[in-house]
Amino acid sequence: MGDPVIVARNLTKIYKMGDQEVCALCGVTLQIERGEVVAIMGPSGSGKSTMMNILGCLDLPTSGEYSLDGEEVSELKDDQLADIRNRKVGFVFQSFNLLNRTTALANVELPLRYAGITTGKRQQALDALEAVGLKERVMHRPTELSGGQQQRVAIARALVNNPAIIMADEPTGNLDSKVGKEIMALLLELNRTKGTTLIIITHDPTVAAQTHRIIHLRDGLIEDV
Amino acid sequence: MNIAQSIIEALESLNANRLRSGLTMLGIIIGVGAVIAMLSVGQGAQSSITGAISGIGTNLLFVTSGNRTQDVRNPRPLTMEDAQAMADPLVSPDVEAVAPNIQGSAEVSVANGKQTTNSITGVTPNFFAMQNYTVTEGAFITQDQVFGQASVVVIGPGIADKLFGRHDGVVGETIRLNGQPFRVIGITASKGGGSFGSQDSNIYVPISTAQARLIHRASVNEVDLIYVQAISAEAVTPATDEVTQVLRQRHHTPIGIDDFTIFSQKDILSIATTVTGVFTIFIGGIAGISLLVGGIGIMNIMLVSVTERTREIGLRKALGARKRDILVQFLTESSLLSLFGGVIGIGLGWALAVLVGRIATASGNPFSPTVNLSSILLATLFSAAVGLFFGIYPANRAAGLEPVEALRYE
Repeated sequence: MGDPVIVARNLTKIYKMGDQEVCALCGVTLQIERGEVVAIMGPSGSGKSTMMNILGCLDLPTSGEYSLDGEEVSELKDDQLADIRNRKVGFVFQSFNLLNRTTALANVELPLRYAGITTGKRQQALDALEAVGLKERVMHRPTELSGGQQQRVAIARALVNNPAIIMADEPTGNLDSKVGKEIMALLLELNRTKGTTLIIITHDPTVAAQTHRIIHLRDGLIEDV
Repeated sequence: MNIAQSIIEALESLNANRLRSGLTMLGIIIGVGAVIAMLSVGQGAQSSITGAISGIGTNLLFVTSGNRTQDVRNPRPLTMEDAQAMADPLVSPDVEAVAPNIQGSAEVSVANGKQTTNSITGVTPNFFAMQNYTVTEGAFITQDQVFGQASVVVIGPGIADKLFGRHDGVVGETIRLNGQPFRVIGITASKGGGSFGSQDSNIYVPISTAQARLIHRASVNEVDLIYVQAISAEAVTPATDEVTQVLRQRHHTPIGIDDFTIFSQKDILSIATTVTGVFTIFIGGIAGISLLVGGIGIMNIMLVSVTERTREIGLRKALGARKRDILVQFLTESSLLSLFGGVIGIGLGWALAVLVGRIATASGNPFSPTVNLSSILLATLFSAAVGLFFGIYPANRAAGLEPVEALRYE
């Protein structure tokens, strides 16, 4: 402990709905240590998605400070944010979000392309796919894979750049419970073996129970439990 | 992302929607095809016309009555005497030869019952030398025959075929012009088709005979056109001046504007070039409109594609794609689309041009459409530019999407 990867102070996000201002996050302060597995829970409308968007550098807070892996993020421009996302954040989505017209391998290579890496890309992607147990399926297209396998490809894609954090948004939400368990087991194993920081947004208490820490959100604020 | 990868990705995405890509390309294919076909047909026409004009010799002048640029009251017709005066070597030392000419048409019939209407030209003997005619059999009209108003004709091989079904062994036959019998004394060698109608179907009679019995003008010594041959190509300008002097004197117009016009081959060439050039630009422009429509088709499809792939764009942005990456991706797609369309269009246009050439040859006006490198380059660049231009708006829209919004899009 004592090596925080995420330091957020007083994050607020205010959306304008016509004349009304709605605060989706109303001053959130949190710290996540390197190698931690954290679940973010809360009912819908509690600000979970907004929180994930800001922590994942997809969006900027209206006010507050946010530093990710030692870099101050809250004042960056679009392209700088894209660069941070590329190097420091891996995303795993509920609906996998793979490109169906290309192979699993090409999907995993995609972040490396945007990173401007030209040599050793293939090997890096193959390694990531091996780490999620899909070594024999690299040339398959997503449509030829099962849901669990697709999510594994997505995890490999999130891993491939060795990001500081992996943001998983309901990673088991579209999977049946058996496959969901496997995916959770995989994520936790990656955390153990590679020390990847995991932030999982979920509704599912059994998923949350497997993490080190649960952050409850309600009405844009962290609830103490 | 480097260019090769962008191209591979663009190909993958175009390949994923083959029917749509094909139909979008069709607009560009037709546009480029039309432009190429039109330009090459235009250029073919231009080179065939200028070739025909060049063939008449660089040292020729054409003198006609009337003034083409200014209004002249009662222009005097040109006469045989005008032609003779021009030929005087003391007055006009730069003039080599003069050939007055009268043109009209007549009913032509032969003993076997064939009958047609054909143009007839009254000429003097030096006309044939001036126009580089040769005979395949027989001889040209002589000076004696002109003096004697002889009833003789020299005919082209085309009209000989039409009347007799052959063009050798025709000398000595009789043809009737407006019912009057004429003896065929020579057959000219084929010169091929010109752009002003085939020179092979002309019928030549002594000019005096034509004036007296076939083509009636206000006065019997009137001529339509006087060919003047200068002693060299360089002497065309002094020869023009000398002929002008002679005619002004003879027509009693020492002051005031000329009541005649002198064209040189160069003048005709430049008029023809201008006319065919304008014509080519005009039809090329119309073809260009279809290219524009094709470009709008590309824009339309790219906009649909951007909307359809909003989530993909969001995902790419989440994975670290910058604005520029997305922009390049969509621009590459639209440019490739129209570049492929352009390449296929060039093939289509080429085929069309060849087809037009074939049809023209089959219908007796041989003419070779010219597909040259510059029009191919122009079409390729233009089609890629169309793709690029019409891709800018959709690509910008894609690049400007907010990642959060795009990922949420269903």
